[in-house]
Amino acid sequence: MSGHYRTASGGIDLERSRPIRFEFDGQAYQGLQGDTLASALLANGVHLVGRSFKYHRPRGIMAAGPEDPNALVTVRRDAARSTPNLSAAQVELYEGLVAHSQNRWPSLRFDVGRINDLLSRFIPSGFYYKTFMWPRTAWHSLYEPRIRAAAGLGVAATEADPDVYAQRYGHCEVLIVGAGPAGLAAALTAARRGARVLLCDEQALPGGSLRADTGTRIDGKAATDWLRETMLELAQAQNVTVLTRTTAFGYLPHNMVCLSERLTDHLASPPASKPRERLWQVRARQVIFATGAIERPLVFPGNDRPGILLAGAARSFLNRFGVLPGRRVVILTAHDEAYRTALELQAAGAQIVALADLRARASGPLIDAARGAGLAIRRNTTAVGTRGNLRVCAVGLAAVDADGAAAGDTDWVSCDTLLMSGGYTPSVHLHSQGRGKLRWEETAQVFVPAEAGQSCRSVGACKGLTGAALAAVFNQAATAARDATTECGFEALPVTIAVSDDTSAGGGWLGTLPQAARPRGGKAFVDWQNDVTAADLGLAVREGFRSIEHIKRYTTTGMATDQGKTSNLNALAIAARQLGRTIPEVGLTTFRMPYLPVGFGGLAGYARGELFAPLRKTPMYGWAAARGAVFEPVSMWQRARYFPERGEDMHQAVARECQVVRRSCGIFDATTLGKIEVAGPDAIEFMNRMYVNNWNSLAVGRCRYGILLRDDGFVFDDGVVARTAEDRLHVTTTTGGAPRVLGLMEDYLQTEWPQLKVWLTSTTEQWAVIAVQGPRARDVLEPLVEQADLSAASLPHMAMTRALVCGVPAMIFRVSFTGELGYEINVPADYGAEVWRAVWESGQAHGMCAYGTESMHVLRAEKGYIIVGQDTDGTMTPDDAGVGWAVGKSKSEFVGMVSLRKRALQDPNRKQLVGLLTADPRHVLEEGSQIAATPGQRPPMQLVGHVTSSYYSSVLRRSIALAVVNGGRSRMGETLYVPTPAGESAVTVTQPVFYDSKGERLNG
Amino acid sequence: MLVIPCPYCGPRPELEFSYGGQAHVARPTAASNPSPADWNAFQYERANIKGLHAERWRHIHGCARFFNVIRDTTTDEIVRSYRSGEK
Amino acid sequence: MAEPAKRQPPSVAPLAGLRVLAPLARYALRVDLAVAAAAAAAAAAAGAGAGIMPLATAVCRASQLRDWHALWLGPDEQLLLGPAAAGAAFAAAVGNALQGVPHSLVDVSHRQGALEVSGPAAATLLNAACPLDLGLAATPVGFCSRTVFGKAEIVLWRRAEHAFQLEVWRSFLPYVHGLLTLAAAE
Repeated sequence: MSGHYRTASGGIDLERSRPIRFEFDGQAYQGLQGDTLASALLANGVHLVGRSFKYHRPRGIMAAGPEDPNALVTVRRDAARSTPNLSAAQVELYEGLVAHSQNRWPSLRFDVGRINDLLSRFIPSGFYYKTFMWPRTAWHSLYEPRIRAAAGLGVAATEADPDVYAQRYGHCEVLIVGAGPAGLAAALTAARRGARVLLCDEQALPGGSLRADTGTRIDGKAATDWLRETMLELAQAQNVTVLTRTTAFGYLPHNMVCLSERLTDHLASPPASKPRERLWQVRARQVIFATGAIERPLVFPGNDRPGILLAGAARSFLNRFGVLPGRRVVILTAHDEAYRTALELQAAGAQIVALADLRARASGPLIDAARGAGLAIRRNTTAVGTRGNLRVCAVGLAAVDADGAAAGDTDWVSCDTLLMSGGYTPSVHLHSQGRGKLRWEETAQVFVPAEAGQSCRSVGACKGLTGAALAAVFNQAATAARDATTECGFEALPVTIAVSDDTSAGGGWLGTLPQAARPRGGKAFVDWQNDVTAADLGLAVREGFRSIEHIKRYTTTGMATDQGKTSNLNALAIAARQLGRTIPEVGLTTFRMPYLPVGFGGLAGYARGELFAPLRKTPMYGWAAARGAVFEPVSMWQRARYFPERGEDMHQAVARECQVVRRSCGIFDATTLGKIEVAGPDAIEFMNRMYVNNWNSLAVGRCRYGILLRDDGFVFDDGVVARTAEDRLHVTTTTGGAPRVLGLMEDYLQTEWPQLKVWLTSTTEQWAVIAVQGPRARDVLEPLVEQADLSAASLPHMAMTRALVCGVPAMIFRVSFTGELGYEINVPADYGAEVWRAVWESGQAHGMCAYGTESMHVLRAEKGYIIVGQDTDGTMTPDDAGVGWAVGKSKSEFVGMVSLRKRALQDPNRKQLVGLLTADPRHVLEEGSQIAATPGQRPPMQLVGHVTSSYYSSVLRRSIALAVVNGGRSRMGETLYVPTPAGESAVTVTQPVFYDSKGERLNG
Repeated sequence: MLVIPCPYCGPRPELEFSYGGQAHVARPTAASNPSPADWNAFQYERANIKGLHAERWRHIHGCARFFNVIRDTTTDEIVRSYRSGEK
Repeated sequence: MAEPAKRQPPSVAPLAGLRVLAPLARYALRVDLAVAAAAAAAAAAAGAGAGIMPLATAVCRASQLRDWHALWLGPDEQLLLGPAAAGAAFAAAVGNALQGVPHSLVDVSHRQGALEVSGPAAATLLNAACPLDLGLAATPVGFCSRTVFGKAEIVLWRRAEHAFQLEVWRSFLPYVHGLLTLAAAE
């Protein structure tokens, strides 16, 4: 047995032969395949499923779809797979499902937080703005954490998410959101024309309201039979993709719709290879919204007890899941559709204790049918209160007098279920997200889509055809689909769908129900999820809020995870009435994505762990990894930082590596340096205009240190540039700067100097670069090199040559970033690993070591060579950085030249690069430390600069630092003071060259 | 995510492009010895238009060309696009 | 002198419908297309470098001349792909054909590797991280373009309805391959 409230037959979503065991709050239950958690709980007579957000009031299942503001649960598979805040009506049952209620302690039936309800007069809307103002410091430490713990929703998983989340870009001519009657008619029409059609629906099974339709006949068939045949036709069409369990949650510019497809949440044991969700970014030529309408609850005292449901939800539960929400039912409505629910519930065995209609007059076929079935209809009747603790047990009904107030005695009608219907609110969310306009329908009292902001159309209930005859819906949808496909260039084909036994329904109610002059029935909720009452909205208006956006934020109405799907229009109506203005005058709040909550996993998609971003590795990475190198990320690259030997830590390894390089030589992977081939007859002219240097005098086969500025005059990048041919330059950039340097060059070339005959090609990855640095470098390389002479005479410092290295065509640059004799061997990248290995073996006879980026930093700092981005910060001129000598003196144009003329950039008191030596040679300053000219200051201090680079130099047996200091070059020998956590450190200003200041070792 | 009509390749997803700021900002040459005010205007002064805005885009992950786009900043609608140097 | 160094092209684990192609010769050719076409024709007429240089003149389309393919990447940019062993001779011949024509020919053979994605689900698989419309109407056979695949830039070349060649810079190859492998796992 799958519950006492299961009907003997019916329920088209069910497979009655497949019982399913599940657990809610530790209690075992049985449901059926096809159930949602909501339907299965109701089948077992369970209405109490949660506690409310603020007052901790008992709450039950209210709706049959994801709009339910009450029945939020946590579904837990394990510590890593625990999803909070799911609507019970959206959770599909699977064998062994474990779900928990939320926001209660110690238990759902006895909850300590319920005291908030009794104290509610002390915690009105905005209470936290008013109450917790003193002392100020307590807000962060005390009040906010307490409030958050007491309120709040479910708890997120505590372990890393182990699932895979897929993503896909989709493209189609027509995207149809919603597979109810309107969406299906649109899909049939568009599909028969051959356009690519994507049809999505948030439910597990398509059909929308057709799934609960028991009377209408379509094309001579029962609605459910027509639905089955239609889905078969769409499934067989090559050009149609149908996505179920898929929520369209965002409508972005240029007709992009974001979909969240749930792939495995409904499975008892999801296959390991299957992604849990797929995020679709669909670009559609035309979009058709067939998103339906959401039934509105009624606002009256005590309207939130478990057992109070929307009437349409009860009908869904009955017809889709064979579930009676109760046996003694009171119906309170302002819409004809609830009569249909009454008739069907009665036919299924429930007793309709009372059918109260708020309207003075109601007529039509449904009302006639209800009367014919012997239902006692009370017109002009309102509800003034309810009774019951964990479940409604009685409803207080009263007549409405001529002034629209409750009058006369209250008739307390006992029941176990109260169904309410305030009519239907069209789901215009996506239309509005796409900047579509809305129009107020005075007769139906709803907002409907007006002009679209993009290429989209709304059809069916979301267009205002709520309760309309199905024939009208089909006709409207087919017409819209025909127009949409025609606009995509597809020939029109008529599609007609015949409908019989069709009935239309009307009605609706907005705002608070009629009450006595001094109502005493308790809280009348507008927004169930955020516990906002009609009185709260009134308070906000009395306190002076006028804009609906402000009223929303002050009361938090519509701001919960359901984003006010059931509450917004009632809240607006109540606010408008209080403000004495009409609803369209007050206007709606802005609709924003997501339509429904979307998990972070789905948004992150594949971009997690190793695939978060490309991890770039050089051809020599494997060698370095095998040698135990420790790597560091430099932009997207993984670079060897140091090569520890025999248990060395970084400082020991770096000390050794630096000494070996200065004494013998070291090998260094410089592959990541950016490389740009500048080729064409105007190559030199282009470089003259880009870089500060004068390139005319650079001979073929020679290299020069180049500096690139932005037009603001500040250093942007630097690197060695070689002239490899008359019309060709090999430009190197910093590792991180390669893409932006190429981008800046292309910008000027394409937009400022398009007439120049020169082209830029990135060759960063074409070449593997093996740097060999140190006095023995030549000895190491000579045995491997053919067709080139490495002698100082033929290949001096800053020269380059082509050669064969290990038989491979190579470029050899005699350059140095260490101050030693040095070469950078460029070989085509596929040869990098092999040539590296050969150089390594050749070097062993000379005591060569491999060194990493950390030693590279120390070695260059010993020589005062700057690193752009470390010793510069985007506000430094070449002169500030101590490389003003590179600026060509007689140039007529280069990027940044005009700015360098500014007086402010020539101020002698600008921060200039200097060296610093600490009084204590063992003390290594922290990079980024501030520098003061006078000791013993208290904050706010007068500061004159900061440390940019700082290391311990094992070669010099002391610490060294580079710094930028106001007027630094005129402060040589001065003592400055660096505040540190351990006290002030006295430093002496020096030239920024600490080793071989004459540069003799370069020429070895 | 926009669809940007590259004047060379046709309509392509925004992911392939990089933004290049306001279009048609003339850069004074060093030889013209611009006044500090003129140079400052070139460097830092931009229109911040509500409505039709001429802006530069680069089809960086496509044909790599810079070009110009007229986009309505209130709706993101792109009215047209044209090559650098064209009006 | 020791043995000449051996080539080690980037490698990744093969997978059904996904493999790394053998090394290719690749050249980035930058030139005014109209001028280059005229020069190539003139050189062919004169018998020099006759018919060696393919030029793709249609936007985002590849063209083929014997063993060599030209991929249109931009209005003045072609990616030339051919057999690895024939690279140097080809470059020399192109240089001859374009003598006197301002151009830039840069060897990028080692800059990137090629992945082949094939099978009936190839387009769907690529759409896991490539935002282009891979329907045949928008991207017919012969379509080629730089685009993005996740956070990597690639050149996408549709060689058949169900076969694509991806040209990927070598350090991005493991990422692109890893993303394809994960996306293909379902």
